[in-house]
Amino acid sequence: MEHRIILAGAGGQGIMLLGKILAEAAMKDNKTVTWLPSYGAEVRGGTANCMVVISEEEIGSPYIDQADSLIIFNQPSFERFGNRLLPGGILLLNASLVEKPAFPKKKIRLIYQPFTDIAMKVGSVKVANIVALGCFLAVVKLVRKETAIEIIRSKAKEVSPQIIELNLKAFEEGFILGQDVK
Amino acid sequence: MKSNNKENCFRKVLMTGNDAIAEGALRAGCRFYAGYPITPQNELTSYMAIHMPEYQGVFIQAESELAAINMVFGASAAGFRAMTSSSSPGISLKQEGISYLAGCELPAVIVNIMRGGPGLGNIAPAQSDYFQATKGGGHGDYHSIVFAPSSVQEAYNLMFAAFYLADKFRTPVMILGDGMLGQMMEPVVLHSAPLEFSENIDKPWALTGCKDRNPNVIRSLYLKEGALEALNERLQKRYQMIEKTQQRFEEDFVNDAQVIVVSYGAMARIVKSVVKKLRQRKLKVGYIRPITLWPFPVKAFNRKKTTVKYLVVEMSYGQMVEDVCLSVPDKKKVYFLGRAGGAIPDTGQITRKIYKLLR
Amino acid sequence: MKKIYSRPQSLYDVVTHYCPGCGHGIVHKLVAQVVDELQIREKVIAVAPVGCAVLAYDYWNFDCTEAAHGRALAVATGIKRMRPETVVFTYQGDGDLAAIGTNETIHTANRGENLTTIFINNAVYGMTGGQMAPTTLLGQKTTTTPHGRKEQEGRPLKISELLAQLEGVYYVERVSLHTPQQVINAQKAIKQAFQNQIEEKGFSLVEILSPCPTYWNCSAQEAMDWIAEFMVKEFPLGRIK
Repeated sequence: MEHRIILAGAGGQGIMLLGKILAEAAMKDNKTVTWLPSYGAEVRGGTANCMVVISEEEIGSPYIDQADSLIIFNQPSFERFGNRLLPGGILLLNASLVEKPAFPKKKIRLIYQPFTDIAMKVGSVKVANIVALGCFLAVVKLVRKETAIEIIRSKAKEVSPQIIELNLKAFEEGFILGQDVK
Repeated sequence: MKSNNKENCFRKVLMTGNDAIAEGALRAGCRFYAGYPITPQNELTSYMAIHMPEYQGVFIQAESELAAINMVFGASAAGFRAMTSSSSPGISLKQEGISYLAGCELPAVIVNIMRGGPGLGNIAPAQSDYFQATKGGGHGDYHSIVFAPSSVQEAYNLMFAAFYLADKFRTPVMILGDGMLGQMMEPVVLHSAPLEFSENIDKPWALTGCKDRNPNVIRSLYLKEGALEALNERLQKRYQMIEKTQQRFEEDFVNDAQVIVVSYGAMARIVKSVVKKLRQRKLKVGYIRPITLWPFPVKAFNRKKTTVKYLVVEMSYGQMVEDVCLSVPDKKKVYFLGRAGGAIPDTGQITRKIYKLLR
Repeated sequence: MKKIYSRPQSLYDVVTHYCPGCGHGIVHKLVAQVVDELQIREKVIAVAPVGCAVLAYDYWNFDCTEAAHGRALAVATGIKRMRPETVVFTYQGDGDLAAIGTNETIHTANRGENLTTIFINNAVYGMTGGQMAPTTLLGQKTTTTPHGRKEQEGRPLKISELLAQLEGVYYVERVSLHTPQQVINAQKAIKQAFQNQIEEKGFSLVEILSPCPTYWNCSAQEAMDWIAEFMVKEFPLGRIK
């Protein structure tokens, strides 16, 4: 089964990194994967998005018209990508920064959680992306939890041990949250 | 992507196409790189800036595309594997230099991560430089060998072939990618040079200082009557050899196909997924994906069944389709679907067109 | 009998294609003599320009390459960076170095590449038939300034003075060929420019005011006189940096 995810937010919210962690974890789990960033002039003005496709087979286009999941971190990104979700898809919305949408026309699964606020409680606004990742992976078992933790560890290792702890805590918070909303 | 090369030996890593091309080049023995900033290939240049020193090679950010390609000319004339990269508008500027490389019979690798044109265009992926890449590009009767990778792994793999064939045939080789391939990340197995491309090629013609030999001269000016014709005949003979031995392509589901879809590069990824889906529905559809655009894989179109229809799909308004027309017995059987300027034919459009042709 | 003078080993025993009274032949010989004196024939690599001197490799007995018009210093950069043990020089005319190749000239100099440039300034495009060069004097008639060069067509470009402003440039000297004494000075400057490279001092350039009687529409002697009377006023001789 192929799963196509659009991730979007403001520059600095760690959206590209979130996509990369997801992609690397998928690779580590021996899946095929593509990660496609927005680039060049498009990234000016503070929005950032990337597209991740995870599959068991060869992947065609890395570009996503219609997604199985949307992970949206701010209002402008919701305006832009909100209508790209397939029926039955998952909409993971950052309640801290995006208004709760009116009852959607399509049948979708809405997960509306304040990732930024949770991150601040955990210790830093910067780990909101990791909270969302934990939540997302609890809902959609695209990659193994252990693999995701391993990738987070290796990425944070470059910074400091405290950063590893902070990120793992954020991931765990998100994961618990995801299990609850299931 | 900042990664330690030694650590990565034979490991599977997630890399962008731009980074993988640079890493492949370094492992294929590229020891000189000069480039000028242009989107969407900038990661390639900075990868070289970071990693070239690990190989004791030379990296230069040139003052212009003209300077970059001519620095490559110099490094190649000195006998080293050299490369430059750019995107469409920058590649236009390099054409003079590529023509000189061809005329002087110098090996070099040029990477074009294509974007939308004409003019400044935009930075979205495109395939509108096919004519420029395959039909010469600069002045004079010459060809560059042109490779069109469609995945990040293939982009990495082809760098070994590119540098080897450039040396072997003393010709410029172009890697024709696009913004999508350059920017996307995929897992790549970082293997070393395949055996067929690891032979070391002597360069007795290189400029090294004329110790214990007669002076070497690198030139493309031939004023004596008949001399330039002789150069051209030598080049043409070489091109014929390349056409005979270097055609590469991938194909599948072609034996019983009523419609064969032809596409290359990133476009071929989308086409492939459509064809596979339609095969599941028992439709007689196949695909051909040229890997070398020059020499064009004419061999792939050599079939007895003359009722086969060909659908050429490009991120352009129809360039490779001309080579397909020249390769099939009846060009009335060749159909085209293309978009450009940053637009990409999507799966729905391709599917509908195939259904129409099957009717 | 003792032999006190002979053709340098670095110069082939052939007749050049240059016009009578042209300065290229003199400078080719000076370069060859310097290469012999410094005993670097087996490690020197020349980059010939597009211009009358494109065929320099028919006269020099050492490794040479052509370069596209204006790109000699980019090519030289590529060679020298990969083979720092060699001695690389470009030989360029005014159109090549100071018009179509200005960008390469300035940036190569600014990087302080350890190279030597022999810059022939004859105030005219020779190979293409006598058009205006960046160094053409005001009032000078050429095929593209039939009534004499006017200010709007650009004033004579003093590229050597421009280059001397750059920190990467180690040595710039302007010399001339209009008297035997000047020719001796020219050879000294050329030798200095090569010596600098051997000693890894950085970018060195020698500008040589050189006669082109064919496109100055005068005799060989008149051409020398014209340099003395007009050119050296616009392009003063001596060490610039």
